[in-house]
Amino acid sequence: MTAAIMQHFADLFVKSVFLENMALAFFLGMCSFLACSRKVETAIGLGVAVVFVQVLTVPLNNLILHHLLAEGALGWLSPSLAKVDLGFLAFILFISTIAAATQVVEMSVDRFAPKLYATLGVFLPLIAVNCVILAGSLFMQERDYTFGESVVYGVGSGLGWGIAIVAMAAVREKMRYSNVPAGLKGLGITFITAGLMSIAFMLFSGIQL
Amino acid sequence: MKGTPILSRAQRETLFAPIVANNPIGVQVLGICSALAVTTRLDKAIVMGLGVTIVTACANVAISTVRNWIPNSIRIIVQLAIIASLVIMVDQVLRAYLYELSLELSVFVGLIITNCIVMGRAEGYAMANPPWASFLDGIGNGLGYALVLLLVALTRELAGAGRVLGHTVLRTVSDGGWYEPNSLMLIAPSALFLIALLVWALRTWKPELQEKD
Repeated sequence: MTAAIMQHFADLFVKSVFLENMALAFFLGMCSFLACSRKVETAIGLGVAVVFVQVLTVPLNNLILHHLLAEGALGWLSPSLAKVDLGFLAFILFISTIAAATQVVEMSVDRFAPKLYATLGVFLPLIAVNCVILAGSLFMQERDYTFGESVVYGVGSGLGWGIAIVAMAAVREKMRYSNVPAGLKGLGITFITAGLMSIAFMLFSGIQL
Repeated sequence: MKGTPILSRAQRETLFAPIVANNPIGVQVLGICSALAVTTRLDKAIVMGLGVTIVTACANVAISTVRNWIPNSIRIIVQLAIIASLVIMVDQVLRAYLYELSLELSVFVGLIITNCIVMGRAEGYAMANPPWASFLDGIGNGLGYALVLLLVALTRELAGAGRVLGHTVLRTVSDGGWYEPNSLMLIAPSALFLIALLVWALRTWKPELQEKD
């Protein structure tokens, strides 16, 4: 692999982890970001599970998009299908892939790594409806990533979200000792913390890649 | 003229409770993701609020109608398939009639599929209630979501750019007016702060919603 391609992949990786952080720049996956960030341990578990599923589903959806849905992708079946564009089916196929992939991951983790399953098990079914996962595939479609790029993007976007939720959980663990106004307790103060963290992450937008 | 009301008392409760008292964003903590990203301008928020209301109501009706035939073990996938089909329709309509806006909403129309309001109401209400009640519940929750979206978007557009729906209300300094736009309102984190303030206001008004440590 030439240096230029490596450079391109490295740029994309840094961009997807920091500059375009799924949680703090796009606010995706907020529901689980808020619900599962009470403890660092749970946050790490969920973060790992998200990376796992993201790495699997973004490239898989990339293959589906380019070999089944794109205009002319079915041309090899018969010439009459050479102009068929099934792009509008992307949503339903993406979400089915994701639901199926999480199911497979859950079963195989249960079979081959029971210890990991004990920690991740609860989160895996939740992940199917986590918007980070679907958004990863939709951004991949919108930005026209190649297969290689989609692998890198899957790792990067999952990892970025994982880092964000672990950081959030660490802040919230410390916050237990603070005197928060009654009406802001729980949800309210978590929002404000996330907002401040997101402003901090905006620093990265100055990086030129 | 006194006739039988169109909606019974319980049905009115189903329809109106989620709008303020049991608001999906402020109380149930559902559907936050899209609430933050689409609120820079009022028109985006209106379209998104309508889209979610329609999808929630139709998904609730569809799922409630077939609820007795869905095997429990695959119910999530069945629900997702129904919701995804509805979202595809919304997306196609937007592309046909509001193309510019649909480009700006980009992935967020697709993300209605995983919007927790839709899934949450399907799983939590439509799986256990008849279609008509589920329809009202869907409309109510969709409107509750839309209401928060509108409030946040109105504040952000007015304070951040001095405009409402693209019409200048407060003339900005750069235009020769007097209003200095608050650029914090244009960046994404401001939505988080505004929703936090809304939650704070709601919980001060209704202390029973406050969380214990």
